[in-house]
Amino acid sequence: MDTINKMIIVKSSKLLPSDIAMKLYESKPDIMVKETCYGVLVTGEREVVENLILDIRKLDPYGIFIKERGFSPGEPFRCRSYRHGGSKPGFHNLQNDDAMLTYISSGLKALDKGEIPVEIKRKKKLDIDKFMEIIKGSEVSK
Amino acid sequence: MKVFIYPTNSLILSDLVERFGHKPLAMMQVIGKKVRTQGLDSPPLNVTPEDPKFGLKYAAVEVPSGVRGRMALFDPLLTQAEAAIVVVDPVLSFGCQGCARTNELVNFLLRGKKIPLLRLDYPNNEEEAKLFVYKISEFLKSLKPETAKPVEVKK
Repeated sequence: MDTINKMIIVKSSKLLPSDIAMKLYESKPDIMVKETCYGVLVTGEREVVENLILDIRKLDPYGIFIKERGFSPGEPFRCRSYRHGGSKPGFHNLQNDDAMLTYISSGLKALDKGEIPVEIKRKKKLDIDKFMEIIKGSEVSK
Repeated sequence: MKVFIYPTNSLILSDLVERFGHKPLAMMQVIGKKVRTQGLDSPPLNVTPEDPKFGLKYAAVEVPSGVRGRMALFDPLLTQAEAAIVVVDPVLSFGCQGCARTNELVNFLLRGKKIPLLRLDYPNNEEEAKLFVYKISEFLKSLKPETAKPVEVKK
């Protein structure tokens, strides 16, 4: 059996992780569900989980983000309860991505509305030669 | 199509590629396979004597073992990649969470593969995010469609 773990991250104003967990519990297939503070972890047979995920995403297409996870929930090498606390490995990555999810949601909404965004000029990093000039200019002559 | 994403464990890129009907090639799949394969040699990852050889395909023996070890994991992703989306200098890959030399090597190998490649920056505000999502959607639309159905989005 080909098992797969999926991580469902909820960044929605309409849904809570518990709503998604309940929806998954209601589904008949044999899957393992774990509710977390950021969303839900699902483990099960690949085909079953992938089909379920499609239905779950429809609940809030702009507020639910999904990715695969290597380790299954409660894996002793990863689970914090076995490792006596501390941040979850992968937490910092999730935290970094989580900060951008609201922007991505609005990007997806704009895309569905057919908006074509304008190219934005980003601030360039300071050129090294210019930086050298600034240093030289600020040096106090002895 | 199989789309390589960089950073390889990015939630945003993995989600967007899947959302637009393609298969993301992410590090989580490789790790998952190593964890789930029967007969753990050295938990948590099932590292076998064969694995370092994959790393040696890309880097010489005197190259730090961290680079070769990482390249052993990257190997199945790089060989399968038919297109790639690369975020340039993501903050998270800097410092102890990343390996600068591996990242440089991966980007170098991707450029050498002559596959469709999209390079962009992570968004810092809403306007940039709109452009970020738009560019990714246009890039993925330009690729051959994957057999898997794209996710229907309610309007």
